[in-house]
Amino acid sequence: MSSKKQCSQPGESTGNSTETRRDFIKKSSFLTAIALTPVTIVKSAEKQWDEKFADIFEKVPLTLEVNGVKHSLSVEPRTTLLDLLREEFALTGTKKGCDRGQCGACTVHVNGVRINSCLSLAITNSGKKVTTIEGLANGDDLHPMQEAFIKHDGFQCGYCTSGQIMSATALVKEGHTHSEAEIKEFMSGNICRCGAYPNIVKAIQEVKGGQPS
Amino acid sequence: MNQFQYSRPAEIASAIKLLAKDSNGHFLAGGTNLVDLMKMGVVVTNKLVDINHLPLKQIQKTPTGITIGALATNSEVADSAIVKENFPLLSLAINAGASPQLRNMATTGGNLMQRTRCPYFFDITAPCNKRVPGSGCSALQGYNRMHAIFGANDQCIAVNPSDMNVALTALDATVHVSGVKGERKIKFADFHRLPGDHPELDNTLQKGELITAVDIPASPFNKNVYYLKIRDRTSYAFALVSAAAALHIENNTIKGVRLAMGGVAHKPWRLTAAETFLTGKPVNEDNFKQAAQIAMQGAKAYEYNKFKLKLAPNAVIQALKMASGIAS
Ligand SMILES: Cc1cc2nc3c(=O)[nH]c(=O)nc-3n(C[C@H](O)[C@H](O)[C@H](O)COP(=O)(O)OP(=O)(O)OC[C@H]3O[C@@H](n4cnc5c(N)ncnc54)[C@H](O)[C@@H]3O)c2cc1C
Ligand code: FES
Ligand code: FES
Repeated sequence: MSSKKQCSQPGESTGNSTETRRDFIKKSSFLTAIALTPVTIVKSAEKQWDEKFADIFEKVPLTLEVNGVKHSLSVEPRTTLLDLLREEFALTGTKKGCDRGQCGACTVHVNGVRINSCLSLAITNSGKKVTTIEGLANGDDLHPMQEAFIKHDGFQCGYCTSGQIMSATALVKEGHTHSEAEIKEFMSGNICRCGAYPNIVKAIQEVKGGQPS
Repeated sequence: MNQFQYSRPAEIASAIKLLAKDSNGHFLAGGTNLVDLMKMGVVVTNKLVDINHLPLKQIQKTPTGITIGALATNSEVADSAIVKENFPLLSLAINAGASPQLRNMATTGGNLMQRTRCPYFFDITAPCNKRVPGSGCSALQGYNRMHAIFGANDQCIAVNPSDMNVALTALDATVHVSGVKGERKIKFADFHRLPGDHPELDNTLQKGELITAVDIPASPFNKNVYYLKIRDRTSYAFALVSAAAALHIENNTIKGVRLAMGGVAHKPWRLTAAETFLTGKPVNEDNFKQAAQIAMQGAKAYEYNKFKLKLAPNAVIQALKMASGIAS
């Protein structure tokens, strides 16, 4: 996690005068400040929020498994899971579209269930396992859904794609793939402004084993 | 989002105690409504009591029906075998709302409590009696396409946006709540309220009270049911109008019926007069049309939602036809 303190990725940082979109989002969203805390302290500290309130500026301990790696840290209670993943863990594959539950770009799995990370306060996920798009591939082997999205051109600009793929992998597990109509209905929480929907449906149909129509 | 104090009790009694002294604190469940409102500055809270660790997730049969814990998620309820078998209307209504991701987060208690989607309520620069009592209603002369046609007044024409609530009012649910003064039960029809002189109050829950469960009594409405939701796109949008219909049919006669509408009032709108009319009558389109006409008595539209005066009765007719099987 030591190298993950950096918020921007190589090649994404700013010039002096021009602001990148990412910088703009960083400024307009609230910047999380998180300190690493030894696990033992976190454990004993976690108990006390049971009966009393954390003080307003107090960070609250949080243990979280992200893509198979356990982390113990402390966060401001108002930090969303999305901001934590992007700003602290530098897992910028998870996108911020609307920040209001309206687009699905921020979809991740928590304990295997797909959710909108923009409306989930990080602290409410304590003790849980988070999987992001970065955690889907097995080394250099892409997840079958990632392969299928590439094969079927399930994207254009790509902004919605990690959310689509996280949603699609959950969908297959949920079993809501009996018909094209059912796939569309249960993928409706992921908006694609480029309109790649038909190819997304084809990719999902291929992975669930049916014939792409 | 402003900063706030955070707490995560493991017991119901501690949760209630933590909010008892504070008039401005909030319970946090799935967060899909509250976190959004906090980001928008519509809700500014100094304390959040995270109730997600309370033991309120059960979905169980009881001697008189079923009980659903306040923290059972919308997905868990919609997918529950008990619910699908006994109250398929509830599954249909829940699955018509929001998105799979949101339903995985949204809870039963939170859905009951969700605020209106009136755009002026969300716009903190606009007058809104629901957000700032006494400031006026911007929707009255504004773009009121999504707004109420029943039970509204000049103080507020917002609607309750929930789909789940429409099914629960049709199914005669009961809300169990717990507070410093003890526990009480609220009939679903009395839980949400009309704006009256206090549009800032969506429901009759007292400050600091916690919803613990929703009970649904056993009923014969497990077969001929339909939830019709009409919206601007096929999915992932709030209702312009929705209609829930549940029929108990024997030999083509309506033995019992429950009807409710969503997207038309400050509360989920039960159509009791239409139910009375239909009871004992044969299943046919003509009776459904008359029932819909009865249901529309007292409706009043505003500048941009006049279409609802036609859409709402047609939705009721279509829901009845689908539920009874005379249309598909
Ligand atoms: C983009 C979007 C689209 C949506 N579309 C639909 C739709 O089509 N149909 C629909 O019905 N809904 C829709 N929703 C709303 C969604 O269903 C609600 O936000 C959700 O049900 C709220 O539940 P929650 O657990 O997340 O509540 P929270 O956000 O955690 O809480 C909401 C309120 O309830 C209070 N509360 C929560 N639990 C309790 C309790 N046990 N006792 C007392 N108070 C409590 C909180 O204090 C808060 O004031 C949509 C939401 C979004 C963001
Ligand atoms: S960023 Fe979360 S739904 Fe749009
Ligand atoms: S690929 Fe561009 S938004 Fe979906």
